[in-house]
Amino acid sequence: MTTPLRQEQKIVHFLNRTSFGPTPAAVQRASQLGVRDYLEEQLAPEAIADGAVEEKVAGLKTMRMNSRELFELYPPPKAARERGMATNAMNAPRLVIFELQQARLLRAVYSQRQLYEVMVDFWSNHFNIFAAKGANRWLMTSYDRDTIRPHALGKFRDLLLATAQSPAMLFYLDNWLSVGPNSRAALQTGNSRRRGLNENYAREIMELHSLGVDGGYSQQDVHEIARCFTGWTLRRPRGEAEFMFNPRMHDPTAKTVLGKHIPASGGMEDGVKVIDLLAHHPATARFIATKLARRFVADDPPASIIEQAAAAFRRSDGDIPTVVRTIIDAPEFFEPTFYQAKIKKPLEYVASALRITEADTRVTPQLLRYLGRMGERLFLAQPPTGYPDVASSWISSDMLLTRMNFASDLAANRIDGARVPMQMGDTQPLIGLIAPGSLSSATQAALSETAGSDTLALLLAAPEFQRR
Amino acid sequence: MDRSRRTFIKSAGVGFLALGLPPPFLVRAAAQQSSRSKVLVVIFQRGGMDGLNVVIPFKDPAYYALRPSIAVAEPAAGEEGAIDLDGFYALHPALSPLKKIYDQGQLAIVHAAGSPDNTRSHFDAQDCMELGTPGIRSTPDGWLNRFLTQRERGDSPFRGLAVTPQTPRILAGAAPTLSLSTIEEFRPRNLTVAPALQKLYANAADPLFRRGGQTLFEAMARLRSIEAKIPPSTASYPAGRFPAGLKQIARLIKADVGLEIAFTEIEGWDTHVAEGGATGQLANRLKELGEALVAFHQDVGDRMEDVVIVTLSEFGRTARENGNRGTDHGHANVMFVIGGHVRGGRVYGRWPGLAPELLYEGRDLDLTTDYRAVCGEVIARHMGQRDLGQVFPGFRSPVGQLGII
Repeated sequence: MTTPLRQEQKIVHFLNRTSFGPTPAAVQRASQLGVRDYLEEQLAPEAIADGAVEEKVAGLKTMRMNSRELFELYPPPKAARERGMATNAMNAPRLVIFELQQARLLRAVYSQRQLYEVMVDFWSNHFNIFAAKGANRWLMTSYDRDTIRPHALGKFRDLLLATAQSPAMLFYLDNWLSVGPNSRAALQTGNSRRRGLNENYAREIMELHSLGVDGGYSQQDVHEIARCFTGWTLRRPRGEAEFMFNPRMHDPTAKTVLGKHIPASGGMEDGVKVIDLLAHHPATARFIATKLARRFVADDPPASIIEQAAAAFRRSDGDIPTVVRTIIDAPEFFEPTFYQAKIKKPLEYVASALRITEADTRVTPQLLRYLGRMGERLFLAQPPTGYPDVASSWISSDMLLTRMNFASDLAANRIDGARVPMQMGDTQPLIGLIAPGSLSSATQAALSETAGSDTLALLLAAPEFQRR
Repeated sequence: MDRSRRTFIKSAGVGFLALGLPPPFLVRAAAQQSSRSKVLVVIFQRGGMDGLNVVIPFKDPAYYALRPSIAVAEPAAGEEGAIDLDGFYALHPALSPLKKIYDQGQLAIVHAAGSPDNTRSHFDAQDCMELGTPGIRSTPDGWLNRFLTQRERGDSPFRGLAVTPQTPRILAGAAPTLSLSTIEEFRPRNLTVAPALQKLYANAADPLFRRGGQTLFEAMARLRSIEAKIPPSTASYPAGRFPAGLKQIARLIKADVGLEIAFTEIEGWDTHVAEGGATGQLANRLKELGEALVAFHQDVGDRMEDVVIVTLSEFGRTARENGNRGTDHGHANVMFVIGGHVRGGRVYGRWPGLAPELLYEGRDLDLTTDYRAVCGEVIARHMGQRDLGQVFPGFRSPVGQLGII
């Protein structure tokens, strides 16, 4: 397609990129305000009333609990036995993760703060944590609520620091156990259980969280950063977990990180200096700009957008709304090449289907199983890399079949927890929200040959609806 | 980092022999059209397996000093000890079921093997290994797909199969490949919509969907036509996603659906903390791996004549244990090659040694066998694809023939 996008296509494109999919109400609002003002509204989420979805989420009682309460009410089987508690499906630790998954999907479907939820999803994946690793079962709720969500549209540096000090990240990437080779704890003699350096977090904070794998660091930098972060640990991982700096574990000698000298005896400040160094490094600006452009524009975003976004990142001291605004304001954003250029990842696909059909949604295990079969188990990506954001990762034959089966089950109201209203037999209005004026002849022909809920199934399974 | 990586690869390749190829009469009847196709099963152990605690060099004087709390005891230690293979190497006790296959001569082990790339990033190292061009990350396709592309034979939708939800990098590329989780669930839920969807996808302008849809519907049709004839499995696989995936592969091998390449993966090898020795975290992963492999071996039975299994993991781990009774990202690793025609029952590869001055970059097991030498030999001698120029472009084996197969 080379002709410029028409107005209704621009609005669909904009909503596809800044939300979990167009709805009639969102299209109306964006048309009324204009894309530019609608974006500004979305970039200030605290001003958008969101009572309806928060009421649904409020029904998930673990969402308000701290890690101690979660550990006490949803203990591991062994602790439960010791306390004489009966274990059952209602107090199993996996229920905590289940409620997190429910909340994530409910907010994707129902929140009015759509761009904010898109960013929460983006950062959760960028700073991925596997919720089923040990104590993370009880730490993830706070990680989502107190670490990611408050900073999702804030400053990158604050987000990086918040994750570095979050009990969940300290636990997941093992930094809480890392002991400086020259620390008092290590030098103490006669201790047979002497501990030492663990470089897991030091590597991932550079490779995955900030500089990127080509960001120009060496194995020596990994080692030095690991020494800087020694002593960044946590109290009570299985209880009221909280960040603490333990000077006995900290390596007090001088370090050199990415060519910068960090003098001896810096204590906890060594780690803060590393955060500042990484957050303000040009490679970080570029890496984050590239990932955001990949989310909002295309799998291989044009260099011009990456450059503008990286420059905005540097200029604004890593202000996330400024970078997002720069990407969407870029003249290339509405180029026809990028229209429907992204394949929806499973969360985007399922949420957009529930939104466009205006399905009455309670998140059930069946719904989440579908997401899992499509390859995106929420909060359960095991490697620190998180889930990929490119088409090739999400369209295998197995995933395609699962999407088709999901579409069939949703259209026929065979999914427990998602009720599609009856009037959805008429798919015409939906086409205007999916591919206004550009539905392929193959899809048109197929739609005309089916009837009833099968038509809806077909539309939701069609290639057009796999893209955004 | 990139520059040093490239330089290393370049220098390692210069002046060595090309990968030795067998005389034609030894290339088994792979080229003949037969429903009993040769099969290569690749298992990826994601996370970086600690090869030094899997096949233990118990006679290397440095091993026990490097690993005071996680070393696996010598075979002489009895129950908790490793299982002696040849007086120098020993198998982790959790892999005891594999010893029988080793003794039958169907399990070959290659130590100090892996990718020459020096990256210690999980995803970078996995990409490298899957693309088959260490040091060059712009390669668009995976080496298993290049094998399928180059050897155009048969049009079975099952030629290249991943038992993973996503298509892995190693299978991405021009040749159509299939992914499925289970044979039973690989069917449409709505039989009236399915034909319309098949037609819609067949006519889709978007090649991603046209091709994906074609493979999907052909495979479903083929499966339904032979499903009833697949012999039931008598082997008992352990619980878990990985064993379940291997079982699917075994069934498809027995069903003669034209499978040539099968891929699956097993996670959980990133043992930075509390790795354990004879028992513990790593031992638990090995138990699942070993029991699943033995079940597969038994399940496939006589057809192991046509099957070779190769295991890969992105890198090994530090020779020295870290400060948390675990190990960090390292370099060379250990590979398993299992099959009816494998010259097993021995450990291949030159042992580089674990003394401080012998360690790679002062910390890791050095690499003496490029994984492409192992995989290339399997592709050439088992799969019958003698020209490896497309599969592993630019690769010349520094070690020549290994003679594993």
